[in-house]
Amino acid sequence: MNIMIVGVGGQGTLLASRILGAAALRAGKQVKLSEVHGMSQRGGSVVTYVKYGDRVDSPVIEPGEADMIIAFEELEAYRSLPYLKKDGVLIVNTQKTNPMPVITGAMEYPADILDKLAAKGIKVVACDALKLAKEAGNIKAVNVALIGVMAKNSPLSKEIWDGALVDAVPAKFLEVNQKAFSLGYEH
Amino acid sequence: MKKLMLGNEAVARGAYEAGVSVASSYPGTPSTEITEFIAKYDEIYSEWAPNEKVAVEVASGAAIAGGRALSAMKHVGLNVAADPLFTMSYIGVNGGLVLCVADDPGMHSSQNEQDSRNYAIGAKVPMLEPSDSSECRDFVKKAYEISEEFDTPVLLRLTTRVAHSQSEVELFDREEHPAKEYKKDAAKHVMVPANARPKHVFVEKRMAALAEFNNTSDLNRVEMNDTKIGIITAGIAYQYAREAFPNASFLKLGMINPLPEQLIRDFAAKVDTLYVIEELDPVLERQIRAMGIDAHGKDLLPLIGEYSAALLREKILGEKAEATFSVDETIPVRPPVMCPGCSHRGVFYVLSKLKLTVSGDIGCYSLGSAKPLDSMDSIICMGASISALHGMEKAQGREFAKKSVGVLGDSTFLHSGITGLIDMVYNKGTSTVIILDNSITGMTGHQENPSTGFTIKGEPTRQVDLEKLCHAVGIDKVTVADPFDVENFEKVLKEHLEAEEPTVIIAQRPCALLKKAGYTGCCEITDACKNCKMCMKLGCPAISMTASGPVIDETLCNGCGLCVNICKFGAIVKK
Repeated sequence: MNIMIVGVGGQGTLLASRILGAAALRAGKQVKLSEVHGMSQRGGSVVTYVKYGDRVDSPVIEPGEADMIIAFEELEAYRSLPYLKKDGVLIVNTQKTNPMPVITGAMEYPADILDKLAAKGIKVVACDALKLAKEAGNIKAVNVALIGVMAKNSPLSKEIWDGALVDAVPAKFLEVNQKAFSLGYEH
Repeated sequence: MKKLMLGNEAVARGAYEAGVSVASSYPGTPSTEITEFIAKYDEIYSEWAPNEKVAVEVASGAAIAGGRALSAMKHVGLNVAADPLFTMSYIGVNGGLVLCVADDPGMHSSQNEQDSRNYAIGAKVPMLEPSDSSECRDFVKKAYEISEEFDTPVLLRLTTRVAHSQSEVELFDREEHPAKEYKKDAAKHVMVPANARPKHVFVEKRMAALAEFNNTSDLNRVEMNDTKIGIITAGIAYQYAREAFPNASFLKLGMINPLPEQLIRDFAAKVDTLYVIEELDPVLERQIRAMGIDAHGKDLLPLIGEYSAALLREKILGEKAEATFSVDETIPVRPPVMCPGCSHRGVFYVLSKLKLTVSGDIGCYSLGSAKPLDSMDSIICMGASISALHGMEKAQGREFAKKSVGVLGDSTFLHSGITGLIDMVYNKGTSTVIILDNSITGMTGHQENPSTGFTIKGEPTRQVDLEKLCHAVGIDKVTVADPFDVENFEKVLKEHLEAEEPTVIIAQRPCALLKKAGYTGCCEITDACKNCKMCMKLGCPAISMTASGPVIDETLCNGCGLCVNICKFGAIVKK
């Protein structure tokens, strides 16, 4: 199983990948995660790979290999397309963050991304995770709300995901994140 | 017990289990977390040193005194620490000494793509290279055994994809290695020519003994399978190759310097076609070819960037992966940017406005080179802003110096900017240096440094007073200014540029990501907006231009108020 998490540096993709990793471990699989730290984290495009199965060698997912992509932002969802398998699932947070070329007016933010994805016959699950996070009580819980959406579409059981949250989320933020996860799961 | 760990965390775990007692490092992506995780173990004394040279010297002293010691750095950090490394190779150790160096193929977070394996050859020390987190833990422990058995520092080489990937690691208890007895031994520890000459003889013998050891070491692994394709590889390249060629035979090297010649010859003889798969330089390939063994390598594979299983399949088998979906239009890139509320933004706004030549440095403020601020003329290496600025003045003259500045962060200044400043004072320069003092080492993820007043463990400590330090080296004109008071900052900067002497401005404001920055709420653009686009010149990711004028994204804005300060019409207010 190859899962990619794409987003904008600072959106909390690292915690999301750690919850996925913990879930795969609980499912008794071999897991590898690959993260990006440092300069790219400062508001740039960030990509995290999570791979699990009976044997995992390379920690990196390559174009055409992702069973599932969780996109924290629409443009990043669009950018990640070449990585998705033909029958892969693309979970998209319907949030837009302008990149610098758009801010400076050099380029326009691509219009109607969700429609364009649908026109390609891609299985898209769209979700306003910011709204779910606000409902859960903390706008920073966008990441875990999206993991909830993803969990619902994954082959792993709810019990595994509940345990993975406890494993990966710091105790003082657990409750709000459990709420965000449930809202995503029931989305 | 098994745990999912970053490669860097596993290195720290290995150091803990190996009974390491002293660790000293300077942060640098992708190596930083090694020392951060070590700091969580109370059994190990750990510290942030001002730079990698100091860190490796601290670790060297600890090893000479009998403790097991470690230092971790990024590839360019090893350039800074190369001086102690080359001579510690002669001195050897008492307690084990392991230096971890993390290369960055693909330059995710670096200014060059150098291959630190060349240092192992140059310094004549053994180098181990793990390929996943479990090996990170394991190889650190083996590195200490080798260090003490062969009387040598050992390099542990990581790459970004090993350092920043997580995989399972089994945890073991710590083995205590109390400091060994220290005995004065000038012939071993005092590297004057008379002592160093016999030590060089020792070093050459040691390398021969290590090469022999490596022929039978369990650090290397032969995986015989189909013998049509035989692959010699190490580190992360092994993982890519294993995925691309699941049926091939492998010689996976764990100790990559010195090479196990007999093991390589035996493996090469058993396979039809031999490939050497390694990212960056042909370090293994060159040596294997020099043994008279024919192998493919860089004739097929790139010298540049990261590899992947798909790249190997394409370059070696000619198989191209089938494309699935494509993006049918040009979409905007998303480069990293200074955060909303970044304390550096005010400085770069003024530098951009005054169109100054800016001699830059390594840190978050490297992002000041991006549009629209576009205010960086050169970036070389840590600390070079000041010395390169001085060189510019000497080449172009005083008038040029009046229109140029050097900028660097607080941590970078203490790393190696201070020596450049001394040079400028001593050699009668008249340029202006701006120290961007944001009270933290920012880019690598918030580490304490000698100017923050706290140790790696968060304990209060004596704080370097940057102002007094500048005065002490002979800078008379030092001004502390808030970069968000843009009007005053511009005035101060102009005064400094005009002064016929070397000057320093300390632009003081905490990093926006620190609690003490104290930003709350968010800013809002009101009807008073005349659409003059002045706020767009800040390059703040929270402010975007729309058809109806600029708008502020409330999910990004942290209410820092810089845009409020520069709006001439008072059209931006705090909500």
